[in-house]
Amino acid sequence: ETNKLYCTSVKCCIFELKAELNSDKKEKKKEAVKKVIASMTVGKDVSALFPDVVNCMQTDNLELKKLVYLYLMNYAKSQPDMAIMAVNTFVKDCEDPNPLIRALAVRTMGCIRVDKITEYLCEPLRKCLKDEDPYVRKTAAVCVAKLHDINAQLVEDQGFLDTLKDLISDSNPMVVANAVAALSEISESHPNCNLLDLNPQSINKLLTALNECTEWGQIFILDCLANYTPRDDRESQSICERVTPRLSHANSAVVLSAVKVLMKFMEMLPKDLDYYGTLLKKLAPPLVTLLSAEPELQYVALRNINLIVQKRPEILKHEMKVFFVKYNDPIYVKLEKLDIMIRLASQANIAQVLAELKEYATEVDVDFVRKAVRAIGRCAIKVEQSAERCVSTLLDLIQTKVNYVVQEAIVVIKDIFRKYPNKYESVIATLCENLDSLDEPEARAAMIWIVGEYAERIDNADELLESFLEGFHDESTQVTTQQNTQVLHKHTQNTPDSDNPDLRDRGYIYWRLLSTDPVAAKEVVLAEKPLISEETDLIEPTLLEELICHIGSLASVYHKPPNAFVEGSRGVQHKRLPARTASGESAESPDAGQSVGGVSDAPPAVIPSQGDLLGDLLNLDLAPPSASVPVVPASMQMGVDLLGGGLDSLIAVGLAGGTGGMPAGLGGTPAMGGGLGDLFDLGGGVGMATGSYVPPKAVWLPAMKAKGLEISGTFARRGGGIHMDLSLTNNAMSIMTDFAIQFNRNSFGLAPAGPLQVLTPLAQNQTIDVSLPLNTNGPIMKMEPLNNLQVAVKNNIDVFYFSCQYPISLLFVEDGKMDRQVFLATWKDIPSENETQYQIKDFHLNSDAASTKLQGSNVFTVAKRTVDAQDLLYQSIKLTNGIWALAELRIQSITPNYMTRLRTRASLSLSASLWVQFAMLYDCGFLEGLDHFVVFP
Amino acid sequence: MIGGLFIYNHKGEVLISRVYRDDIGRNAVDAFRVNVIHARQQVRSPVTNIARTSFFHVKRSNIWLAAVTKQNVNAAMVFEFLYKMCDVMTAYFGKISEENIKNNFVLIYELLDEILDFGYPQNSETGALKTFITQQGIKSQPQTKEEQSQITSQVTGQIGWRREGIKYRRNELFLDVLESVNLLMSPQGQVLSAHVSGRVVMKSYLSGMPECKFGMNDKIVIDKQGKAGASDEAGKSSGKQSIAIDDCTFHQCVRLSKFDSERSISFIPPDGEYELMRYRTTKDIILPFRVIPLVREVGRTKLEVKVVIKSNFKPSLLAQKIEVRIPTPLNTSGVQVICMKGKAKYKASENAIVWKIKRMAGMKESQISAEIELLPTNDKKKWARPPISMNFEVPFAPSGLKVRYLKVFESKLNYSDHDVIKWVRYIGRSGIYETRC
Repeated sequence: ETNKLYCTSVKCCIFELKAELNSDKKEKKKEAVKKVIASMTVGKDVSALFPDVVNCMQTDNLELKKLVYLYLMNYAKSQPDMAIMAVNTFVKDCEDPNPLIRALAVRTMGCIRVDKITEYLCEPLRKCLKDEDPYVRKTAAVCVAKLHDINAQLVEDQGFLDTLKDLISDSNPMVVANAVAALSEISESHPNCNLLDLNPQSINKLLTALNECTEWGQIFILDCLANYTPRDDRESQSICERVTPRLSHANSAVVLSAVKVLMKFMEMLPKDLDYYGTLLKKLAPPLVTLLSAEPELQYVALRNINLIVQKRPEILKHEMKVFFVKYNDPIYVKLEKLDIMIRLASQANIAQVLAELKEYATEVDVDFVRKAVRAIGRCAIKVEQSAERCVSTLLDLIQTKVNYVVQEAIVVIKDIFRKYPNKYESVIATLCENLDSLDEPEARAAMIWIVGEYAERIDNADELLESFLEGFHDESTQVTTQQNTQVLHKHTQNTPDSDNPDLRDRGYIYWRLLSTDPVAAKEVVLAEKPLISEETDLIEPTLLEELICHIGSLASVYHKPPNAFVEGSRGVQHKRLPARTASGESAESPDAGQSVGGVSDAPPAVIPSQGDLLGDLLNLDLAPPSASVPVVPASMQMGVDLLGGGLDSLIAVGLAGGTGGMPAGLGGTPAMGGGLGDLFDLGGGVGMATGSYVPPKAVWLPAMKAKGLEISGTFARRGGGIHMDLSLTNNAMSIMTDFAIQFNRNSFGLAPAGPLQVLTPLAQNQTIDVSLPLNTNGPIMKMEPLNNLQVAVKNNIDVFYFSCQYPISLLFVEDGKMDRQVFLATWKDIPSENETQYQIKDFHLNSDAASTKLQGSNVFTVAKRTVDAQDLLYQSIKLTNGIWALAELRIQSITPNYMTRLRTRASLSLSASLWVQFAMLYDCGFLEGLDHFVVFP
Repeated sequence: MIGGLFIYNHKGEVLISRVYRDDIGRNAVDAFRVNVIHARQQVRSPVTNIARTSFFHVKRSNIWLAAVTKQNVNAAMVFEFLYKMCDVMTAYFGKISEENIKNNFVLIYELLDEILDFGYPQNSETGALKTFITQQGIKSQPQTKEEQSQITSQVTGQIGWRREGIKYRRNELFLDVLESVNLLMSPQGQVLSAHVSGRVVMKSYLSGMPECKFGMNDKIVIDKQGKAGASDEAGKSSGKQSIAIDDCTFHQCVRLSKFDSERSISFIPPDGEYELMRYRTTKDIILPFRVIPLVREVGRTKLEVKVVIKSNFKPSLLAQKIEVRIPTPLNTSGVQVICMKGKAKYKASENAIVWKIKRMAGMKESQISAEIELLPTNDKKKWARPPISMNFEVPFAPSGLKVRYLKVFESKLNYSDHDVIKWVRYIGRSGIYETRC
């Protein structure tokens, strides 16, 4: 019978309903209101009945009253004038002896977004916030948040925020929980004022309420706790100790929020602390238990575990089995489990993992099967010992002839070839058999790559490639760029006639290369391919840190920062993990606190999971990190044009480099190869290197100390080589001859690459400039400071000794640009203790200029992103001895301050030297830089 | 927080629509219908983002429940809330069906008003809610002042799951230890993975505000007592029967900090049925059945299958509802089965031989043999041989969990622990119990 309430046609009903609403009989009235609500539910417009429904409001029947309220909440906004009619009843109800009615009134009033009503709400709300009954108080607490949403100013003016803060000390745990929830929400739109005012005392109150309130209240409190930054490791530990019991709660959200607090506060604990280990152990079981929850929650849990595994792989490394896919799991659970399985795969469990993956590859769901095949490939790359077994498994799968399985297998085999060159070519024949079935761009591209790469082993490689050429116009860019490269790769000189300008130009560039300088062409096209990274889909470190602060929330499900999907001011505030602060040094350095906790930001997007194939291949950055070309001086404009058009003679590029006024980087390099390398390195801004940093010449050996011989000099890096540029001056009375030079053992094994060439005797008052090439093959001994060099110079008169210091940047090698994905993996891999942070003040270059400048000294920008008003540069440096250093440079465009984080596996003293170097490279004073030198142990 | 909550029938018609936040408009109702319910493809995620609005959904039979938000809400909480919402509705009117929802829509709106305020979940314990929201509408108006404050203090109180003044003539409680045992075994009988996920479900019919203490043979507790106790012998002998629990979670009535510090499980139970705890074990599991498969290919058109099952528990106990499912290749043309016990049938539609045995005592074995005729095919793809799966029910806990005590203290009323009638039952069921062949 009630089904009739959901009846569809409206017009006929409105009149009837009107009559019924005005009926004298209570029952009839009530039925009529029910019908109105039902109509409202299905989306019918029953606003015309507003006065009639409001007339039913004054009743002692609570059920009827609630229905009328429901109607009011829906339509008041569209009928503000009539809504006023309800005010009196609300105000009266707020005084009712029954606490349930008082609460109902204040709850509903807050939901009516009409200014005139809001005015009347203030007095009742003030009373209700101090009501004797906790049920009324907990409702009033939420009402403050409602009112704030309507009129924030009013809430502040009326002092409700203070009353709300007082409620945090309420005797009733549910009142506390709701007050916390309301304050947390309000403070989101006031990021600057510390509304919650979290301090050890208030934290203690929250922790007490945590034990007593409902499961939902526990979530509010835990989420709020997660925003607190403990003063030191001791406070951090004591909070952790009181939060861990929550890990046994039946409510998964309570568990996940507790995990969030623990993951965050753990950052502050020293790793050698016993408790740290205990805590790590305690985290695994509850995370595993989440996987026995309902599938939707499993999904949320798995997305979070994915983050946790990236941040702290040690927690779940022994729990591989629980991520094995069950036949009846929903597809979204299966896909997520597979992802985590790959991350946890290691030599210890690889056999089991492979057996499972093989099973999955025979399942029904196409996406899942593809991912499983891909996973087999990842295993091969990650665990070398398993590579052979993976390849044979993939071959078995190719034999199934299932189209998408074959294509996926070929894509991953290509990666395996890249990782282990010249090892598995025996399978190429099998791959070639399946050429015809390839209809997906990625698979075709992979196959073309394989054919081109192993052309000499495939008899009919030309034919095969040509068969791909036939469909040239229909192919996607991915395939065509691949074809283009590979066709050139085979030195077949037919220039493809394509409509894609980008492609065509690249074709021309190659073509011209081929016709002018085959050697250079070979260097470009057959350039060494960077290593395949072992980890897949790694989340950028800064983003990962932010997401860890959002465990359990939507951000952790989407793997995106909140501002990527939340509108307005809410959630724009970025969160960061706290830095470790020992109890001894608590709040002594406000500057340090500010630079770590205060500076907050995050990149908005995740670096794409699949490295661009061609980009990898040619070490070209096809999608330059900065979309906008920075302002270029006129003389350089030509160079840019050249690149864009790509039609002019390539030789001109060298000239363009010269006119740009950068002798060291390009002009000084006679070899074509080096220039081309720069030409194609579009990634770092304008591709024109400004030349490496060269300190001015300094007097190393004064004439007084060397019987009239004065030596001044400097160091420079040119054309990939290290040079010591010396000026020798004869201040003595006699001619000097027979010069020779020797170095003492030093930190990086610097040694002269040849004899000191002073061909003619040095006459009186004559100065001669000599450039001495150096190598790093000499004996090694750690020096203090690290970049100290002790030199002995001999001439016909005597032997003289002096010491000098070279800039560390001398040792930055040209191939120091790390692959993005390798960068991500390495960054993550380097323990955070090896990180040093450094703030550079008064720095006036913008990020593009900085990037270009730094690139001149072989500090390479791997990626750049812009968030809010900040630019983030991710940079890599490789030293001559193979040590890598990674840096994150954060540039605020508003204030001339830079914030740099540097990670390297090497010792602290190296970091320190690097910092000094950075300070110089960044063009700010050495000493000023040191003034703000902040190193976290 | 949650901006709105919608309930739809299978056609996507909206049955309940409650909006809590101003940023959620009527169009959100339609967006979910169009993009999720009416989507042609299978649902790929329980969380969907449509035009910067996030939708969380769960399905109960053919009813969709969707929570909507534009903020970065606690996702785990939203799902927990949706499940809780389902529990509450079930407790009020039974099965969640279109008809029940339509018949109770006023009640549902009332509940939604109470358990979700501005999108923040509030007390949602049925025990408490039923004191002031009933199917007949709100309880009749003239409550006494005491009654009213009793309600509000319960709803907001520390023991929100139980009301005061409950009286039973007979104080009684039922404990069910329900376990599901999961196994993946290699053809050679090697255990690849095994675990038990268990639940302790309690039905309590106790007067007043009883304080309960639950004890089981948890290894950590027993070892501790063994150490504390003077005699090492006693410790050892009891230690043998103890089990290692990997992890457990508790109903919110259990004092977690006490469990964390003393590992004791103490609580004031809700009235009626609820789940006291869940646990998981992976060590020393009693596998009630062992399946020994033997598959032989006779030429290209015939398979011979022999499967032996052995029961591995006390002979005095009886397993029930035993079912063995032996997969057959897709090109099966005919099957002949002989079994010693029970009934076996080839089900072509399920590509399996299903062998059912009603009861089987412990330490017995039984056998089935089948001849499978195959159609010759050109398909080069080898048959993947899916695992043989098993279903059963046994009257013990495969984890070895034993309830040692459940003590009840009610200081204000005149009944003691001895007066309470207690029942304990153990049921072990197969979860995913598979043997590869």
